[in-house]
Amino acid sequence: MDGVSAAAPAVSRAGRMVRVSGPLLEAEGVPDVRMGEILRVGSDALSAEVVAVEGTRATMQAYEYTGGVRVGDPAVRTGEPLSGLFGPGLLGRAFDGLMRPLTDAPLWLSPARAETGRDGDATRWRFVPAVAPGTEVGEGAMLGTVPGAGAVEHRVVVPVGVSGVVGWIADEGEVDAEARVAEVGGRAVHLSERWPMRRPRPFAARLSDPAPLHTGQRVLDLLFPVARGGAAAVTGGFGTGKTMLLQQVAKWCDADVIVYVGCGERGNEMADVLEDFARLVDARTGGRLIDRTVVVANTSNMPMMARELSIYTGIGIAEFYRDMGHDAVVIADSTSRWAEALREFANRRGDLPAEEGFPANLASELAAFYERAGRVTTLGGHDASVTVIGAVSPPGGDLSEPVTTITQRFVRAMWTLDRDLAYARHYPAVHWAGSFARDADGLARWQTVQGDAEWAARRATALEILAEADRLASLAEVIGVNSLPGRERMVALGGRLLREAVLAQNALSPNDATCSDAKGAALLDLVLAVVEACHAAIDRGVTATAIERVDFGPVIRAAQDVGPEDADAIAAIRARMLATLGALT
Amino acid sequence: MTGRAPSRAGTEAPAVLAAARVAHRDIRAIRGPLLVVGGVEGVGWDEAVEVATSAGPRHGLVLDLDEDRATVQVFEGTEGLAPGAVDVRFAGRPLHLEVGTGWLGRVCNGRGAPLDGGPPVTGARSAPVAGWPLNPVDREPPHEPVVTGVSAIDALTTLVRGQKLPIFSVAGLPHLRLATQIAAQATSAGEQFRVVFAALGLTHADIAYVRDRLEGRTATGELVLFLNAADDPAIERILTPRLALTVAEHLAFEEGADVLVVVSDMTNYAEAVREVSAARREIPARRGYPGYLYSDLASLYERCGRVRGRAGSVTVVPVLTMPAGDVTHPVPDLTGYITEGQIVLSPEIDARGVYPPVDTLGSLSRLMRHGAGPGRTREDHLDVAAQVLAALAHARQSAALAELVGASALGETDRSYLAYREAVERDLLDQRDDEARTLDDTLDRAWRALATLPRHELTMVSPEQVARRLPSGEEDDHG
Repeated sequence: MDGVSAAAPAVSRAGRMVRVSGPLLEAEGVPDVRMGEILRVGSDALSAEVVAVEGTRATMQAYEYTGGVRVGDPAVRTGEPLSGLFGPGLLGRAFDGLMRPLTDAPLWLSPARAETGRDGDATRWRFVPAVAPGTEVGEGAMLGTVPGAGAVEHRVVVPVGVSGVVGWIADEGEVDAEARVAEVGGRAVHLSERWPMRRPRPFAARLSDPAPLHTGQRVLDLLFPVARGGAAAVTGGFGTGKTMLLQQVAKWCDADVIVYVGCGERGNEMADVLEDFARLVDARTGGRLIDRTVVVANTSNMPMMARELSIYTGIGIAEFYRDMGHDAVVIADSTSRWAEALREFANRRGDLPAEEGFPANLASELAAFYERAGRVTTLGGHDASVTVIGAVSPPGGDLSEPVTTITQRFVRAMWTLDRDLAYARHYPAVHWAGSFARDADGLARWQTVQGDAEWAARRATALEILAEADRLASLAEVIGVNSLPGRERMVALGGRLLREAVLAQNALSPNDATCSDAKGAALLDLVLAVVEACHAAIDRGVTATAIERVDFGPVIRAAQDVGPEDADAIAAIRARMLATLGALT
Repeated sequence: MTGRAPSRAGTEAPAVLAAARVAHRDIRAIRGPLLVVGGVEGVGWDEAVEVATSAGPRHGLVLDLDEDRATVQVFEGTEGLAPGAVDVRFAGRPLHLEVGTGWLGRVCNGRGAPLDGGPPVTGARSAPVAGWPLNPVDREPPHEPVVTGVSAIDALTTLVRGQKLPIFSVAGLPHLRLATQIAAQATSAGEQFRVVFAALGLTHADIAYVRDRLEGRTATGELVLFLNAADDPAIERILTPRLALTVAEHLAFEEGADVLVVVSDMTNYAEAVREVSAARREIPARRGYPGYLYSDLASLYERCGRVRGRAGSVTVVPVLTMPAGDVTHPVPDLTGYITEGQIVLSPEIDARGVYPPVDTLGSLSRLMRHGAGPGRTREDHLDVAAQVLAALAHARQSAALAELVGASALGETDRSYLAYREAVERDLLDQRDDEARTLDDTLDRAWRALATLPRHELTMVSPEQVARRLPSGEEDDHG
C-alpha cells in the first residue's frame, strides 16, 4: 500500500490503520502525509486530522466516534486541511463543531452523516452584483450582495489571494450556494468559499484606539467594559451564572453578528438559546435575534475532538463576517471544555503533562485563540472587528487552576463571578474585587469624546465605595453594623445601594434585561448623588439610623421601573430623593 | 433510534457477526479489569466482547486496538481468569441491549439479568447501550414540572421534565431514603409516568430497603430496578447506568412515557471509571480521576431531555455522596458543571431532625423558572419561592448574629426571622418519608411559614398575592 507510483494515485494516497484508541488513531504507510491534513478512515470515511508524523506513520485525532474502526482499515489522504463552507445560510442556523448543519441532521447523531459542507442543501440565493465587468478589484473588495441572508448585509468579497480585473460577473438572479458568481484576474469567485477552519483570515492592519462594545449589562459597561475587538473572559464555579451572563451579552450587545459556540456544554441550554433567540426581537434591526446569530453546538456528549475544533469554527465564522465589514462577537462557552479536550488527546498520545495533566502548549494555544480577537482594517478597507468572550469553568471554583490563570494573562477584561453573590441571587454575580478591564482608560477617552467626560470619575468613585463597603462589611460582621460610626454606616449603605440599584440586573424584567449607556450613567449618578446627600446629612448632625430609615425603594426599583432608554425618569427620582434627604434634620 | 437514525454500516449483518465470532485464546496480559488479547484481526474499536470461562460468560468492551492486540475491559472483573482457560469472542458491534416495555415491573442485577425469578427480559428492538448524542436542534427545552411530593423540592427547587438534577449528599445522610421516596411517588401531568432505578454499589441492607419501598410501583409495572450491590463487580457499575438510560430512552421517545431515572450512588460509578483508567496507566487529572471524567459523566447525564414533536421525556436524578462533604471534589464538581442545578443535603439540618435535610440556599434548580409558575404549577409559585429563599438568607444572617450577641439582644425583626426559619423547617421542609404532598399543600405551607414574618418584610410577593394567600390570623402585624 505504500507504493508511490504516480500511475496509481488512489493506492498511493491510502495507508493502513494500526492503532485505534478512542479518538486517537494511527496509520502506517501513508506517503507524503502532512501535518494538519485530513484523512478518511474506515468504512464510514470518518474525518481524522494528522497531529504527528513519523516516517510514513501518521498519528491522527478523529472528529467522530470511532466505534467499529479496525486495524487494517484504510486511511485515505485528502491532501486538504479540514475546511468549512463559508457563505450565505450561516445566520439563523445551528452547526456542529465540524460546521455541518445540525438543522437538517438526524435526531440521533451517529457518525454516518454527510461530511463538511452543505451538500444537498438546495437553498437558492439572490445575488446582486455591485461592480461592473472591467473594474479593477483587490482582495476583500465587494463584488456583490446577497439580500435576505440574515439580519446584516451579506457581502460577497474577493477571496484572499485573488485580485485583478473583473472579467465576468453574474447578473442579478438566483443562484446555488456554491455557484460561480464572478471571475477576477482570470480566477473564479464563488458565492460560498471553502476555508480551513483553523487558519486565521488575513487583514490589512490592526486598529489600536479602542471603542466600547456595549453589552447592555451595567456592571460590565460601567465598571469592566470590553472594547470592540477585545477579548474578555468570564469565570466562576458552577451555579454562579456564567452561561446566563453570556446569553444576556449575546442577546443585547451592539454587535452586528453573534457567533454562539456551545463547546462541551448542556444540550438543553443550546435548545434554550435557539428557542429564545428565535422569539426575541433585536431592538437594532427589528428582526429576530436568531437572524444575526450563528450557533455552533458541540454539546458535552458529542465527540470530544469536534469540541476542540468548534472554537475555531466559531472564530472562523466571525472573521468571515468581519471581512464583510461587520462587527462580530464570538461567545465561547466554555473554553475549559476545549482545554480539557486538548488534555484528553495529549494524554492519549502519551505527551508529558505540565500542570494538572494539561499539555505544555496550553498557554500558547489559549494565547493564539484570544489573539484572533481584534479591531482591524480589513483587506477591503472596512473598520470591522471580532470580539471574543470566553467562559472559563474552573474545577472546584479554584481560580488558581491553569486555564483560569493562563486566560487572565491574555484577555483584556476578566469578569469573575462570585459564589456568595450568586447565592444571594445577585445577578449578574460579577464581583468588583476579582474583575478587571485593561482597556478602561482608553474607553474613558472614547466616552469623553462622545460627550461623557464624567465616565472615568464615576467608575472610580463607584469602585472606591464598593471596596470600602467590603472592608467595612467584614468589620461589621464582628462588631455589628450599629456599632459603626455614622460616616462608615453611610459607606455601607452606599455599597448596598450600588449593588442593588446599579450592579444587579434582572434578566427577566422587560425594562431591565438590557440597559442603555444613558440610563446606566443616570442610575449610577443617582446612587452617587444619594450617597453624597447621605454624607451631607450626617455632617449636619442627622443620625445614621434616621437616614437608614428613609425608604430607598424608589432608588432600588428604578432600574426595573424605568424603561431601558429613559434617563429622564431617573433624573426625576433623583430630584425627589435628594429633596427627601435634604429635608432630614 | 428510529427510521431516521442510520445504523452503522455492517453492524446488523449476520454474516459479519458470524465471521467475527472466532474464539481467541491468545491472552497476552491480565491487568486489573483489563484483558489483552493477541492475534486479533478485523475487530473494531468499542466492540462488545464475550469472555467464556468454565464458570460462565463474562462481558466486556474493546478499549484499545494496537496492531493485533485488543485491550478489553471486563465488566465482571478479571478475578479468577487464567490465560489459556478463556475463550474471547468479539460481537462485531458495540454493546446492545434489547429494549421494550418488557423491562417494566422487573428487578435485575447490574447487567440486566433477572433477580426476580422471571425469564430474561427481551424486546423487539435492540439499542446500543452507549446511545447516540441527541441533536441539540431537536431538543425541546424542558417546560413542565415533575411533582415529587417532597415539599423542599417541589416548592423551592422544582424538578422539570427532561432535567438532570442531582442530589449532593454526605455519607450518613438519608439521601437514599429521599431518592427512593422520589422514585416511589413522583408523578407528572403526562399520560404515563415510569421510573428506572439504578443502584450502584449499594449495601445489601440498602438494596433490601429500596426493593421493599419500591415494591408497589414495581408490582403495577411502572418501574424497573437495576441493582448492583457493593460486593458485585465494580466495573459493572460502568455498564449499569447505561442500561438504565437505554431502557429509559426507549420508554420515553418510542413509547411516549415520562421517565424518571434515579441513579445512586454516582461516586461509586466514578470510582469504577478511575479504576479502569488506572489499569490503563493513563495520566490522571485531579485526585486520580481521568481527564475525561467530565465527558464520561456527560455521556450519561446528557441522555436526559425531551424531543421536539414527540411525547415523553427522560429526567435524571443522580445521587452522589461527596467524599468528606467536599463539594469541590471532582465528582460533585464535574456533575455540577453538567447538571441543571443541584439539591444539597446538609448534616446541620439533619442534626436538627428535619427530613429531608435539604440545604435550601445551596440548592438550585436552573430550570425551575421554566417549569413552575403561571400555567405550569401555580401562579404564585415563583414569587413565593423567591420570598421563602430570600427570607431564609436573611434568617441565616440573623442566626449568625444571634450566635455573637445572643438571641435576646436581637431586634424584633431579626427575632421574627429566627421564628420564621423554625416554621419553614417544621411546617414546610419536614415530612414523613412516605408522605406525598400535593403542590397546593406545599405552597400553602410556604405561605403559613411566611406569615411568621412582619408583613413589610414580604417584598417579593405582590400585595394581591398576600391578600389572597397569606393566612389571615397574622394580618394585624404591620411591624
